[in-house]
Amino acid sequence: MVALIEVTGLTKQFGSFIAVDKVSFRLNKGEVLGFLGPNGAGKTTTMRMLAGFVTPTAGSAAIAGHDVAAEPVAARRALGFLPEGAPTYPEMTVVGFLRFTARIRGYRGAALTSRVAAALALTELEGVRLQPVETLSKGFKRRVGLAQALLHDPPCLVLDEPTDGLDPNQKHEVRTLIRRLAPEKAIIISTHILEEVDAVCTRAIIIAAGRVVADATPAVLAARDPSGRLEEVFRAITRPAPLAKAA
Amino acid sequence: MRNILVIARRELGGYFATPVAAVFIVIFLVLQGMLTFNAGDFFGRGQADLVPFFDFLPWVFLLLVPAIAMRLWAEERRLGTIELLLTLPLTETEAVIGKFLAAWAFCIIALALTFPFVVTVNILGSPDNGVIAAGYLGGVLVAGAFLAVGSATSAMTKNQVVAFVLGVAICFVFAVSGYPVVTDFLNRNLPVLSLIARGFSVIERFHAISQGLFSLSDLVFFVSFIGFWLFVNVVAVDHRKAS
Repeated sequence: MVALIEVTGLTKQFGSFIAVDKVSFRLNKGEVLGFLGPNGAGKTTTMRMLAGFVTPTAGSAAIAGHDVAAEPVAARRALGFLPEGAPTYPEMTVVGFLRFTARIRGYRGAALTSRVAAALALTELEGVRLQPVETLSKGFKRRVGLAQALLHDPPCLVLDEPTDGLDPNQKHEVRTLIRRLAPEKAIIISTHILEEVDAVCTRAIIIAAGRVVADATPAVLAARDPSGRLEEVFRAITRPAPLAKAA
Repeated sequence: MRNILVIARRELGGYFATPVAAVFIVIFLVLQGMLTFNAGDFFGRGQADLVPFFDFLPWVFLLLVPAIAMRLWAEERRLGTIELLLTLPLTETEAVIGKFLAAWAFCIIALALTFPFVVTVNILGSPDNGVIAAGYLGGVLVAGAFLAVGSATSAMTKNQVVAFVLGVAICFVFAVSGYPVVTDFLNRNLPVLSLIARGFSVIERFHAISQGLFSLSDLVFFVSFIGFWLFVNVVAVDHRKAS
């Protein structure tokens, strides 16, 4: 089976600081990967490299068989990407913004209208479709970013903290959406919310100081600690070394 | 090509969705009008032409065009939308050209709104409208040249003020490089550079065009100048996008 997302020895160095250190993994259709790690562990940089925004120092990444460095445009066509903080153009209306991204993705006429309508429906944004993005709450803004990532029904999704800033109901809806999309796609989500991993992920990777320190199903990971709680495992693995010794 | 137009359309819409468009157009028209009528003695000269208008145009552009260009990339970086834009399926070159064309179209709209000057001289006398058309064409080319510089400096920084000041400074160098004070100095010290400096003078070329002396070499100069700075722009975007 050809992996939809394939990352091999991906490394990013900023000066002497190694942000991402030889990260490798493969993701097949139907898998939802939870990307976990403390702040500054290299999650966002890895995702940016996958989306072709940051150029890797070494290693390679491929989306649906297209190398992100050699065939960047083809790779990005197969990818829906929600950048950290879900940036959008503040002065544009929700529908104007989605129509813009749909045009860049090659849709015209009726196909464009139906794609935008479908994305609005998926993320429940119909009620604010004509509002400028700058007038929306944080949760709505994130959903606009999500709508943009889902608009072209891509085989691969990379979502950087998709539920950050959402209220519990909205979080639940986004998780339900991810679960619903999961069978047909390869999805990576980064999150700080460990319950989210239990709720939607079929696999979890924990990254600390740029390195992959754990890669397993959430259940197997949780079983590493006698308490059976993912949070304890996360803390034990990612805590700075002296503290870990003291414990 | 399609992507370039999609980007240009969004960017041009962005100017009009914010006060930028209104403020720029009003200030441009007021400044250009005041300089032409007062400093240029438009009526007192008693001649049906737009010479005073075109004399001041590049200097007004020197100040205002970098102000239009400064937001092009610096704003994307500040808002973080550059990450969204550059992870859509388009090349950086398409994004750079699209944004440049939008800003250029905006300058052309502002320039087109100076049409009352043309109407006035045509009512008051019989000007050579061919020369006036050449002047406008020259104005469009100067705006393009300054925009390309401003767009490139905008890609180098997150700070719009820095982008603006840097843009004006670089444009100023290319504006005055043909002036006697520069060429005389170079003639005395580095005669080789004197000829080169004159060749790179945007304003000297503009003056020739605005007198109706439009040559192929001027067109080649402006196209190459814009092309060069857009290339710098692409390099700057690629190099600094994630920093």
